[in-house]
Amino acid sequence: VLHTTRPLHTTQQSLAPVPPLPEKGGEVRHGLIPEEFFQFLYPKTGVTGPYMLGTGLLLYLLSKEIYVVNHETAAAACILTVIVYAIKKLGPEVAAFADKLNEEKVATAVAMKDEAIQTLQTAIEEEKKEQWRAEGRSYLFDAKRNNVAMLLETNYRERLLMVYSEVKKRLDYQVAMQTLKRQKEQDHMIQWVEKSVVQSITPQQQKESIAKCIVDLKALSKGAHAAV
Amino acid sequence: LPSAVLLKDMKLMDVKLGQLGSWLAMRDFTPGGIMGAIRRGHSRYYNKYINVRKGGLGGLSMVLAGYIVLSYMWSYSHI
Repeated sequence: VLHTTRPLHTTQQSLAPVPPLPEKGGEVRHGLIPEEFFQFLYPKTGVTGPYMLGTGLLLYLLSKEIYVVNHETAAAACILTVIVYAIKKLGPEVAAFADKLNEEKVATAVAMKDEAIQTLQTAIEEEKKEQWRAEGRSYLFDAKRNNVAMLLETNYRERLLMVYSEVKKRLDYQVAMQTLKRQKEQDHMIQWVEKSVVQSITPQQQKESIAKCIVDLKALSKGAHAAV
Repeated sequence: LPSAVLLKDMKLMDVKLGQLGSWLAMRDFTPGGIMGAIRRGHSRYYNKYINVRKGGLGGLSMVLAGYIVLSYMWSYSHI
């Protein structure tokens, strides 16, 4: 049963951004006792209080044989000496090495984050550019409209030309027909006239005309001889 | 006027010495409760001493010292 009156998502709790890791851990004195213990005893006993407590406790344990001194004690003493000496000598180097490893890990993570942010930035730039480009739509449509208008105009003119040529062809045909007819009439008339003239020339008239032509030619040749 | 806090909700440091017995009796001793207590304690220690940028030796050495003391206490009768 979901209580519909229960308010949801009222807090600001969210998983990101994660708070950064604390720089240093809790303070520990002598590697064994946390600092809070010293602070806890400071108001009542001052600075030397915890050390006095430690000494008294140690003496109590030894005297009451709660801590038994045997061969293991000697071994523990030697081992602890060596360990403390090693830590004092090599501690900073190991710490620097570990810090370097950590730094590398953090650096790779930060590099990835920066790269992601960079890619997102470039994506934003590209998006803005695309938006700017989309604003040029009106120019594109104007050009297309011009294209279409030009096509229509071209088509219209082509058809106009076709109409003109067709009409001219028909008119030329009519004109050619008329000239042909007139020519044929002329030719026929000429032929008919020639034929009738030739028919009307009787043989006797032909002889007379030939004789006359010969006389004329002789006269002409005489004239030409004289000129030469 | 601070609101009265129930005994079972108080932290250990705020419990008075006389109330210690009743406070201890009121804690959650079911398996789930014990697991929760172990988890809380572990995460408190882990986030304070180990899960930091420049962790020191103290975080690990305190655990080892505690282990040494505990094993000495368990094996005391053999000595």
